[in-house]
Amino acid sequence: MREGLNLDYALLIPEYMLGGLALLVVAVDMLMPNVRKQLLPVITGLGLIGAFVVSLAYLDETDNFAGLIAIDDYTTFFRCFFIATAFAVVIASMGFVERELRHPGEYYALLSVSTAGAIFMASARELLTAYIGLELLSFSLYVLVSYAKRDARSNEAGMKYMLLGAFASALLLYGISFIYGTSGSTTYSEIQEAFESGTSGFTLGTLLGLTLIVAGLGFKVAAVPFHMWTPDAYEGAPLPITAYLSATSKAAGFALLLRLFSSALMPVIDDWQFMVAAVSALTMVVGNVVALQQHNIKRLLAYSSIGQVGYMLMGITTISPEVSSALLLHMTGYVITTLAGFIAIIAYHNETGAEEIDDFRGMSDRAPLLAAVTAVALFSLAGMPLFAGFLTKFILFQSVAQNDYYWLAAVAVVASLISLYYYLQVIRRLYVSEPPEMTRFRVPLITQGAVVVLTAGIFFVGLYPAPLFDVTDSVAAVLFQS
Amino acid sequence: MEQGHALLALILISVGTAAVLVVVPSERKDWVRVLSVLSGATLFAISAYVFVEYRGDSEEQFSFLLRYDWLENVGILGEDGITLHLGVDGIAAVMILLNGVVTFAGTLISWKIEYKNKDFFVLFFLLTAGVFGTFSSLDLFFFFFFYELAVLPMYLLIAVWGSSTRFPTFVRTKEYSGLKLMVMLVAASVLIFLGIFATFIEADLGTFNLPDLYAHAQQGGFDTDFQKVVFPLFAIGAGCLAGLWPFHTWSPDGHVAAPTAVSMLHAGVLMKLGAFGILRLGIQLLPEGAEFWMPVLIGMAAINVLYGAVSAMGQTDFKYVIGYSSVSHMGYVLMGLATLDPVGVNGAALQMFSHGVMTALMFAMVGAVYDQAHTRELAVFGGLASKMPRFAIYFLIAGVTSVGLPGFSGFVAEFNVFVGTFRSYPVIGGLAVLGAGITAVYIFRLLALSFFGQFNEERWGGLKEMNKFETAGGALLIAFILFMGLWPAPFVDRISPTVVNFLPGVGS
Repeated sequence: MREGLNLDYALLIPEYMLGGLALLVVAVDMLMPNVRKQLLPVITGLGLIGAFVVSLAYLDETDNFAGLIAIDDYTTFFRCFFIATAFAVVIASMGFVERELRHPGEYYALLSVSTAGAIFMASARELLTAYIGLELLSFSLYVLVSYAKRDARSNEAGMKYMLLGAFASALLLYGISFIYGTSGSTTYSEIQEAFESGTSGFTLGTLLGLTLIVAGLGFKVAAVPFHMWTPDAYEGAPLPITAYLSATSKAAGFALLLRLFSSALMPVIDDWQFMVAAVSALTMVVGNVVALQQHNIKRLLAYSSIGQVGYMLMGITTISPEVSSALLLHMTGYVITTLAGFIAIIAYHNETGAEEIDDFRGMSDRAPLLAAVTAVALFSLAGMPLFAGFLTKFILFQSVAQNDYYWLAAVAVVASLISLYYYLQVIRRLYVSEPPEMTRFRVPLITQGAVVVLTAGIFFVGLYPAPLFDVTDSVAAVLFQS
Repeated sequence: MEQGHALLALILISVGTAAVLVVVPSERKDWVRVLSVLSGATLFAISAYVFVEYRGDSEEQFSFLLRYDWLENVGILGEDGITLHLGVDGIAAVMILLNGVVTFAGTLISWKIEYKNKDFFVLFFLLTAGVFGTFSSLDLFFFFFFYELAVLPMYLLIAVWGSSTRFPTFVRTKEYSGLKLMVMLVAASVLIFLGIFATFIEADLGTFNLPDLYAHAQQGGFDTDFQKVVFPLFAIGAGCLAGLWPFHTWSPDGHVAAPTAVSMLHAGVLMKLGAFGILRLGIQLLPEGAEFWMPVLIGMAAINVLYGAVSAMGQTDFKYVIGYSSVSHMGYVLMGLATLDPVGVNGAALQMFSHGVMTALMFAMVGAVYDQAHTRELAVFGGLASKMPRFAIYFLIAGVTSVGLPGFSGFVAEFNVFVGTFRSYPVIGGLAVLGAGITAVYIFRLLALSFFGQFNEERWGGLKEMNKFETAGGALLIAFILFMGLWPAPFVDRISPTVVNFLPGVGS
């Protein structure tokens, strides 16, 4: 134990709140069974709002907890990001909880706890703490993915995810041990110092460590060829959890990747840059090309999200302050868009049981608002203008091209074109095809509110990105101050 | 209120109309129609104002300037990274007028749309906003933004409100045509995207502002090898939208399947956007690359003219004749641009306007008869002039403009193109004139078969003359055909100073 460890427990209050919220929700579920379904989402929502507000109190802070967890603007950004995402997922889950769950306390508790795990992944400045955060998020997700107990696919999905996830975690730990071996520490800043003074004596060890870490984390974010769990997990999981997987799970993985690769592994960039570029290119191409074949909406969105991960991995390849800022911008736009699209699809599914793309025929006649939101989200993911996707992709691709990876940006642009085709296939069902029955139905007010707010967010990022871009720019700058 | 606000108004009114229409209830079809026509009229008025008030200058290329900071000093962007920079030169001013005219005519023609007309007009106004924005954009990012915006609504417009064509052995569905159009145009824009990356990196100015990039090009900032590699990216990318052979295949299917007003806008204005892209991104930004590749481009343009004309001769569907005719006439535009000769480029810009209004008129007329007859097969029509005389006269005017008869705008434009082409490429000039001859063949064949000859009373007895909106829209377009045909001076006075003074490689 080193002396002078900063044990200022007050730095971690938002995480305590999330943990406490989980316990509170489970307690209320046990003790007040009659009101649980109405009360629990409200308690969870309020708890999340409280944690969000408290997180903002740490703006402009630069501190660390015991050398393990950094409390800086990057952490604050991701705290707000993950809490807001969890809030959206709580709203998205309301229909599922209402219909399927008898004990929703655990569900909300797991959401809360996994958010804390995600935050630790972003804030950790030490490999094992990051690993623990990752496992916290993963274990919660393994359970959440299997939550639709009566659906065999859900059980299968959870099983596959857990087994493959355990394997990937093992790879990651092995990689961490190699890096520890070659650098003598697990703290990012110390690893960075060790590598800066040269790794000539032990390049093989470093290389092995890097490869294993890329493999382990690649699994987490669903990069090719570590992506095979994704379509099954997305298809089997209840829709709100699919949304959660698509948003937080990926963002947390990237938050970890960004911090790790920009500090600890930056000195050995020549050893891993091409490897990550190759993974990125492969991911973009495979994700989008295989998506062309899909006819189940959840699997289509799974492969689409794999494609999106490919674009984001470009940001890790050419890691630098400008590219990181573009990457954070893209991630924010992506998560807003994904949540908007998923909430609309979930609402339609709750009413009609739609699972296959063909089930969405005539959505514009039965639920015009939901259809419009879905179309906007899909066009944004394809990178069409007025929407967030156009701007964020343009800036990200240009930034990557600028940093000597023009070929990778070219692959990305072509992959984006491919994605347009399958998004148009979905949009075709929404607007061109006739619905099986013409009845309109009422969408719950809170869902309408959520989709309208998120769609406004898509337009906001697409048409007036300056505030958000300034924020991500300053957050990215924090990463590179050393 | 600066003049530049007129350009911003064009974009904002278009987008604003779309936004307002989103909240109008779908059942209120008449409110939708009235609002759309009023917006169309306003856009026409403002675009006419821009045209009339524009003065060609030999000092400054662009006027009606307006600039707002959008994103700067963040990430890869430096000072003035991305600004909403609007402005027009002579060619852009003429194009803005074209878009105003065709948009207004389009809203009139679309009065009779019944099915989900609110959604139709939302997408229509997004389309026209994209076009206005691209013509007035002086920032490379926003140029691309508006260019893509113009492609965004296309799939839905064609697949929902369009029509499939039944051939003897297969059906060319509207979904197929719409998908092909949208995917091909976005694929072409991938090439433009790659060109933009390369240009931004090579210039290393941290800004997307076009005048700054043009100045950089003038000072030799882009070396010749770079230009030779990147020019094709822009030329093919934008050329695809312009209907450059062999990247034109989206055009006949797409235009035929689209609903009337969309065909009018697309064939009439959007294809010109492609040619305009070659001008702004190719000739002005990479002049040496342009000079290197123009001989190839002029050959391809000649193929456009001939291939389009010969294909038009072979068509059995009314609208397909016009679709291929558009490919052929865009060949004249591309040819004129490729000459890099002041007369030729003048002719190209004039042809952009002339063909724009003419093809809009043709598509409007085809729509008028299709909506009543529900078929477009040439073989079944005959003697229509006896039942729909006004329609016949309008179509006749469009036809002779297409052939290049003096007194109509087609002659003025094509004459300039031919003179410009003959000066540098006499053989290609000869082929172009041959193309005009073939045009005469298929146009007069079309007119003879459908308007004259035996009238099938039992089948077509119920045909009525065009409704008042179609008549009004058609009359507006004819007015501009005659305007340019009889008095081209206002157009040439605006186009020529820009061409002579500011296009590198062209002029003195």
